[in-house]
Amino acid sequence: MEEVLYAVGDGIAVAKRNVIKIRRVPGILVSVLISPILMVLLFAYVFGSSIDIPGGTYREFLISGIFAMTVTFGATFTGAGLADDMQKGIIDRFRSLPMSRSAVVFGRTASDVVYNVASLAIMAATGLAVGWRIHDGIGPALAGFGLLLVFSYALSWVMAYVALLVPSVEVIGNVSFMVIFPLTFIANTFVPAANLPTPLRIFAEWNPVSAVTQAVRELFGNIPPGTPEPGVWPLQNAAIYTLAWAAIIIAVFAPLAVRRYTRVGVRK
Amino acid sequence: MTLTIEARGLTKRYGDVVALNGIDLAVEEGTVLGLLGPNGAGKTTVVSILTTLIEPDEGTATVAGVDVLTSPGDVRRRIGLSGQYAAVDEHLTGFENLDMIGRLYRMGRRRSRDRARDLLDRFSLADAADRPVRTYSGGMRRRLDLAGALVAEPQVLFLDEPTTGLDPRSRVGLWSAIEELVARGTTVLLTTQYMEEADHLADDIVVIDHGGQIARGTADDLKATVGGGRIEVTVPSEALAVDAARVLDTLSAGDVHIEGRSVTAPISGGADALGEALVALKEAEIDLQDVGFRRPTLDDVFLSLTGHTSDPTNDTTIEDRPARMVEGVR
Ligand SMILES: Nc1ncnc2c1ncn2[C@@H]1O[C@H](COP(=O)(O)OP(=O)(O)O)[C@@H](O)[C@H]1O
Ligand SMILES: [Mg+2]
Repeated sequence: MEEVLYAVGDGIAVAKRNVIKIRRVPGILVSVLISPILMVLLFAYVFGSSIDIPGGTYREFLISGIFAMTVTFGATFTGAGLADDMQKGIIDRFRSLPMSRSAVVFGRTASDVVYNVASLAIMAATGLAVGWRIHDGIGPALAGFGLLLVFSYALSWVMAYVALLVPSVEVIGNVSFMVIFPLTFIANTFVPAANLPTPLRIFAEWNPVSAVTQAVRELFGNIPPGTPEPGVWPLQNAAIYTLAWAAIIIAVFAPLAVRRYTRVGVRK
Repeated sequence: MTLTIEARGLTKRYGDVVALNGIDLAVEEGTVLGLLGPNGAGKTTVVSILTTLIEPDEGTATVAGVDVLTSPGDVRRRIGLSGQYAAVDEHLTGFENLDMIGRLYRMGRRRSRDRARDLLDRFSLADAADRPVRTYSGGMRRRLDLAGALVAEPQVLFLDEPTTGLDPRSRVGLWSAIEELVARGTTVLLTTQYMEEADHLADDIVVIDHGGQIARGTADDLKATVGGGRIEVTVPSEALAVDAARVLDTLSAGDVHIEGRSVTAPISGGADALGEALVALKEAEIDLQDVGFRRPTLDDVFLSLTGHTSDPTNDTTIEDRPARMVEGVR
């Protein structure tokens, strides 16, 4: 028990360091705060005004997709941050300390939750400013934000593992582009999944990014009235499907990442 | 005598590369061991094993009486490590860096902060304490990194190339910081590529190359193995340098080296031999622009032991360059 408390303390010490950086590193500030604002504005005005969704405004439909996309890309921070630490030798310092073996990765993923909270808050504010509204009350809306955070937290563990396997910021950037990009676009994030050609539609219907987007749309009350019920189980039970994915990802990748961390050799 | 660090037969392979090939070490309490070798010799690998970052393929080691393989956690409580690359966070301030380490050593908030301030004072970083490390010079970063290794007042300190990349003033500053620690009774294992550094700081020196030990002893022991000293002459042209080398080769106790217009030859007979050499050069009608006689340095030891100098000639990082230039000037 005492060990667990210590481990949590260690995790907090590591997380604190990453959080301090939001203020100090312009690149992080831009990615966490500025580019999410731009995303909302861009999508809201460029697409939101040109595409019509029957019975509702496309802008409201879009916001959840942008939220999901942003937190999904947010997992890249975990990978890039860890890879950077490995390259700079800070990990060697951590590994020579009598601290909890899992704290570095836990601290990293925890600070990414803070990053995501900041991104979501600023996006929500921007969204509200451009006309997005929550229709079903604050409780479900908070649940929606919670679901986004859980989902991105799970993805953080995947990227943490990748970074410990291949500690290169460039590789992380490429992985993020090649995997996360299709994952966020072959989904219902920007267009209803039903509108996609068949193979893409099937992918989109089972894509967890679609599920989290769908679930959040429902919780925000942003599903335009008259939209047909989704035809597949993952989207009919979007919140459960999202949580199941998150649970499985964490169950698999958290132990893998921690184990990898304890074994990773000194950098070369 | 108490051995604070003891290692037997440390061996580590990376695929076909044999990073370490059976290294034995014994460091007495309160002394400094200098692990000396060129780039790629295996220094970092030794440090990594002793600080529990990696496990050896073969061999055993104890640090402060604790087995690094069976009780790595207990070893970590007793050691401080300042790695080859300063492990400080650029974007945190000096204070924040040390405070974080204190917290990771599970010091209370108060103690961790006090300790951080103390160390910053001691390493002349108090003025820069609240500035991001990004704004620090190389020497300041190194001092901060060393301070980081001292947060928990370790019994044993591992310093992997602590002055590589530093200008001469910062280097001397770091040396005195290390000497002060040793005076307080800390046992130190330090790696270096610089003979001068080992000569200055270490009680005992182990010279390694290609993962194997090639010599050990005190600085004086090692110098004695080389004998006399070196004569250095500078001639007006590179062509004449070749001629001068030919002349000196007949008198020299070892391999003669030419570098541009300078020729270096190890000799065994001290100042007498210098006179002989000058006569011989004069007879060969070679003009001399400069003549010098140098007592043996550890560089000479290295040259005679390995056939190459300790100065890394290739596969060095950019970080190494300023220091090497400094060495050249010296
Ligand atoms: N992780 C690694 N993977 C492959 N080779 C390695 C690794 N670490 C060290 N080596 C090799 O082991 C040898 C010794 O390396 P190292 O201990 O870093 O030398 P030094 O610190 O003396 O420069 C070198 O040839 C190096 O390339
Ligand atoms: Mg090294």
